[in-house]
Amino acid sequence: MLCLLFFLVTAIHAELCQPDAENAFKVRLSIRTALGDKAYAWDTNEEYLFKAMVAFSMRKVPNRETTEISHVLLCNVTQRVSFWFVVTDPSKNHTLPAVEIQSAIRMNRNRINNAFFLNDQTLEFLKIPSTLAPPTDPSVPIWIIIFSVIFCIVIVAVLLLILSGIRQRRRKSKGPSEVDDTEDKCENMITIENGIPCDPLDTKGGHINDAFMTEDERLTPL
Amino acid sequence: MEKARPLWANPLQFVFACISYAVGLGNVWRFPYLCQMYGGGSFLVPYIIMLIVEGMPLLYLELAVGQRMRQGSIGAWRTISPYLGGVGLASMVVSFFLSTYYNIINAWAFWYLFHSFQDPLPWSVCPLNDNHTGYDQECEKASSTQYFWYRKTLNISPSIQDSGRVQWEPALCLILAWLVVYLCILRGTESTGKVVYFTALLPYCVLIIYLVRGLTLHGATNGLAYMFTPKLEQLANPKAWINAATQIFFSLGLGFGSLIAFASYNEPSNNCQKHAIIVSLINSSTSVFASIVTFSIYGFKATFNYESCLNKVILLLTNSFDLEDGFLTASNLEQVKSYLESTFPGKYSEVLPQMKNCSLQSELATAVQGTGLSFIVYTEAIKNMEVSQLWSALYFFMLLMLGIGSMLGNTAAILTPLTDNKVISSHLPKEAISGLVCFVNCVIGLVFTMEAGNYWFDIFNEYAATLSLLLIVLVETIAVCYVYGLRRFESDLKAMTGRALNWYWKAMWAGVSPLLIISLFVFYLSDYILTGTLQYQAWDASQGQLVTKDYPPYALAVIGLLVASSIMCIPLVALGTFIMRCLKRGDTPPVA
Repeated sequence: MLCLLFFLVTAIHAELCQPDAENAFKVRLSIRTALGDKAYAWDTNEEYLFKAMVAFSMRKVPNRETTEISHVLLCNVTQRVSFWFVVTDPSKNHTLPAVEIQSAIRMNRNRINNAFFLNDQTLEFLKIPSTLAPPTDPSVPIWIIIFSVIFCIVIVAVLLLILSGIRQRRRKSKGPSEVDDTEDKCENMITIENGIPCDPLDTKGGHINDAFMTEDERLTPL
Repeated sequence: MEKARPLWANPLQFVFACISYAVGLGNVWRFPYLCQMYGGGSFLVPYIIMLIVEGMPLLYLELAVGQRMRQGSIGAWRTISPYLGGVGLASMVVSFFLSTYYNIINAWAFWYLFHSFQDPLPWSVCPLNDNHTGYDQECEKASSTQYFWYRKTLNISPSIQDSGRVQWEPALCLILAWLVVYLCILRGTESTGKVVYFTALLPYCVLIIYLVRGLTLHGATNGLAYMFTPKLEQLANPKAWINAATQIFFSLGLGFGSLIAFASYNEPSNNCQKHAIIVSLINSSTSVFASIVTFSIYGFKATFNYESCLNKVILLLTNSFDLEDGFLTASNLEQVKSYLESTFPGKYSEVLPQMKNCSLQSELATAVQGTGLSFIVYTEAIKNMEVSQLWSALYFFMLLMLGIGSMLGNTAAILTPLTDNKVISSHLPKEAISGLVCFVNCVIGLVFTMEAGNYWFDIFNEYAATLSLLLIVLVETIAVCYVYGLRRFESDLKAMTGRALNWYWKAMWAGVSPLLIISLFVFYLSDYILTGTLQYQAWDASQGQLVTKDYPPYALAVIGLLVASSIMCIPLVALGTFIMRCLKRGDTPPVA
């Protein structure tokens, strides 16, 4: 009699947890992709931890605080590693509705991921979309701050240059009215001879004009 | 007392100004594309030949004219022949168009530079959709870098007809770009001469840093091997030669009047022959250098994408067949695929349509040029590097230096004739003229910040300068050789610099270069006529890719106006001068 009951229970369990069963979810782990050399092997202990995490998530849902680890059933574990799981009610006859399980897992996704050192991409719950973290938006976009700084610097520099140019011009317009014994102003003035500016012949800062430079050899040696 | 013409403080400033002007964005984003399209290493053969035959002679001609006439483009050509003042005016008009649309690139570079100081880089992740369950749809269909360029930067409309409004973010960046340019040209050669030290040298620093980084990236050698394996059959393709000639021509910035303007501030005894050779050699070697950097980055990006594609296929197969995680690798992929195909044929055929064919060659073969290269492809490669904020900031800073260096030349081409003009310079100080030019250009440039702005930018980029410049330089060469007289010009140069003119230059100026330009001109015209209606690439947000559309009639009218307005200056001014002379001769009776 007891044996029959045992078989019945396992048979019911087997029926409850099946691939594509009602309220069943497929889970896929990519441990080696995530951890490389530090990858751990997926054994029954890890499965126990998984059941514990799911039960923990369900206990956070109102009206489901009495979910036990034994209520979470795993089946069809492959080498991938992937498996299916369902959560049954305390009577172990029906599975809890998928919507409740979905919302429970979504709320605690981070804790479940951390328990296994994985993330949303390496620990996938198919059919449970993960809430993506929104990018942090500072109140003032950073680019505007940098822009304003550079803008102010450029405006200040432009104004400085314009003002110094105006001051230079005012000083120059006062200059020629003074006594013109200062010959060093000839840098800014060109000599005019017979009304023709000597500009092309002007030497600047004592440079030698190549056009009139003759080779030393051409000079008759003494 | 007249004021002396401002001079460069030393010849080095002049050389740096020319380098800074000639080495621009085209070296970085056009030459690598041409190299890739026309045979990799073997493209260097037509390129170098065109440099020697076309680039150096024409550059020397412009510098010599500017240094001899000591005036901006209008005055210089009017001195050569009173009927040819129109050439200078045409140069000025083309420079005006160029500076209007060129500075928007600097605005975009500023935008990307300011956005480089965020973690993660804004173009590396897609934004989330409304209910935070997935990514934005347009971003998913395209890529995150394309999304950031087309949606966040340009906010592009589906076609050129939907103009949209002026976007305030790029508009602000444009205003900043013009303020920076104004700051640099404010005092004329005094300020420009100091700025060009930075704009000429800093890009090289960044390129060297990028070269070292690029060569050490994983997969860089793939890109370099792809680029430098010569495909000698491309040498027989006439398009390779034509594109080499065009690239040399436009890369040196001939015909805009900027080189004449810069050279006019030289001492008359300056050895401009040496400088012409130096500048053209540096310009071309920078192109090759930049393409080495670009191709190592390409190689990295292609290898990265190829490996991601392979990983996606591996994941797909692992999930569909529940294989052990980590069992499938790139090396045993093919074997396992054939094994799965034979063992589970049904399931395999289900999975087959989703499996993409990953090919490194096809990743490398995606050739991009222009803004797409810098703002989409490069950013995609940068986001996968470590410390990507640093590399991004460096790269866009380099683009800014290159762009501002070229803008200095463009604005010099517009300002020098204006400041040479006695009427204008007596009423307005230099600062006010520069300010006015910058203001007008900025206001017109706001057109490119509208939603359809990028389409108008493409129109200006393609048509504003190309045909007109060829004609302008052709007229210039013919004017100097045949109207002014090659012998007269030769004796002028000898008196000015003290050196005789080499026969090579005379042969090029009188014969080879004009013929080359005429053939280029004929090719361009026939190309435009044969292709019929002109088309453009529009961004389709629903598909996440570019689609080809026809230009509406008013856009074609604008294109025609752009080309005609500069070319028409030459005959119109010649005609006007002729009429004025006839009238003057008619008014004053001949003196007995």
